[in-house]
Amino acid sequence: MGTKSKYLHIIVVAAFGLSAAPDSSRRNITATKNSSVAKSASGAQADRPGEGVVSGTVRVAGPPVATARVDMAADPACFKMHSGPVMSEEVVTGANGALKNVIVYISDGLGNRSFDAPKEAAVFEQKGCAYSPRVLGMQSRQTLQLINNDPTSHNIHALPHNNREWNIFQPPGSSPTEETFAREEIIPVKCNVHPWMAGYIGVFKHPYFAITGKDGTFDLKNVPPGDYTIEAWHEKYGVLTQRVTLETDQTKTLEFVFKPQGVR
Amino acid sequence: MKLLRLRIVPRLVLVLGVLLSLRQPAHAQESHIGGLTGDARRGKQLYRRYCVGCHGPLGDGRGENAPWIDPKPRNFVAGTFKCRSTPSGDLPSDEDLFKSVTRGFINSNMPSWLTLTYQQRADLVAYVKNFSPRFLEEKPPASVQVPSEPASNQQSIQRGNELYQKMNCWSCHGKEGRGDGPSAQTLVDNRGYPVPPYDFGTGTRFKCGDSNQDLYRILMTGLDGTPMPSFANSLTSAQTWDLVHYLRTLQLNLKHKPPKAGEERRDSSESKAVGEEPERRANRF
Repeated sequence: MGTKSKYLHIIVVAAFGLSAAPDSSRRNITATKNSSVAKSASGAQADRPGEGVVSGTVRVAGPPVATARVDMAADPACFKMHSGPVMSEEVVTGANGALKNVIVYISDGLGNRSFDAPKEAAVFEQKGCAYSPRVLGMQSRQTLQLINNDPTSHNIHALPHNNREWNIFQPPGSSPTEETFAREEIIPVKCNVHPWMAGYIGVFKHPYFAITGKDGTFDLKNVPPGDYTIEAWHEKYGVLTQRVTLETDQTKTLEFVFKPQGVR
Repeated sequence: MKLLRLRIVPRLVLVLGVLLSLRQPAHAQESHIGGLTGDARRGKQLYRRYCVGCHGPLGDGRGENAPWIDPKPRNFVAGTFKCRSTPSGDLPSDEDLFKSVTRGFINSNMPSWLTLTYQQRADLVAYVKNFSPRFLEEKPPASVQVPSEPASNQQSIQRGNELYQKMNCWSCHGKEGRGDGPSAQTLVDNRGYPVPPYDFGTGTRFKCGDSNQDLYRILMTGLDGTPMPSFANSLTSAQTWDLVHYLRTLQLNLKHKPPKAGEERRDSSESKAVGEEPERRANRF
């Protein structure tokens, strides 16, 4: 066989071979000599030696955003449940612009590793004619429990692009319904009976996600060493991305600052 | 080795052929409706002739006509179908798709395809299934069974009325079922287009069949892609029949009487009924 045709064969076979091969992990996990454990500024620490923590805060720049009132007059049962005015939770900020309800998660860098779904169910509740929590994080194939403890009926309508879309009715006093999602996605959820209700369920293949509280902080614990892309998602302000490289036992701190339109 | 004695081009073709054949074979879907087996390859020719103008060559509902019509043509790639006999969020059965093609969707631009033969419609169903990967990954679950209907009487209608209030049907459908409830203006379908709730005053414009059995089934399956949820977890079968009886009292058009309880319905969910189609549905636009 001539040299030229031999190389041609190799190229063709290699092209097929590479296109079919799974992504190989680019990391080498080296064993640690010491058993020290990474600690983050907020005190979160990785449970296992060698694994690190990615922590930080999420803020929104600019002056405080005025929130609108939610009008629940359409359903008297909802209206009666609240003694004072109900404010929209689309943007909830704390001190220094700390932003609540941001999902911070690893979007890339874990390769093809698979993670078992936790046995306990993730709980999504309809309370006071609002979703509680407004933003929920869970793993794919984990059980999602949908609860209605309100004295009025709700329908819970998930609107995914990459998963099954379902729409289930829950009258008051009904027992919880269970559902699950197969694929990663951040899924908006709404109630057609009460149009002001909005919620979001972030479904991930892995357990490295966190939802910020009013102080805007997050901790991704027990992250193996490697190169990662971390994303921060907010329902109104969109997505911010940062890359981070984690060595063994390391803690990295990131800050995400959302800049609404018009703010420099 | 004999392979090495071939000239370079045939050798490469041989190698490529072997490698290509080792990849996953693309499944051409089949459909099974009653005794019919539909074949997607034949369905493709029919789709190109009859369906592509609205549903698009990629089956995503973006055909040439799509911008001008409302409601929009179904996006088959998403795998979400409105008129099914399976629980909310699940795939339709082949027979559900067959009935949708046959019946058409009243008050929309989807006509009744009764003019095609049974085999042609079965072939179209098989081809439509090819567009969404869900049909490869999931099997449609068992269809919801509609139990026999009890007689409608004053008590049943009264209970149905109470259920209509309690289940918040009025918040979308309105106090008298005219589709003018407080939430009605806010309703959108899964593509973001406004979708009005059904106006029960007419009694004839149900898109997924208009017998009492069809109404029962809609309450159990919900209408995927729309705000209408499934009540499978919230209503017993007796309650569902009460609600159906109440809903019939809302219609003003008394000339259209649904079949009485106990009468055999030809478009019920049994496969054996495929051979007969209700002829009054033809030419209805």
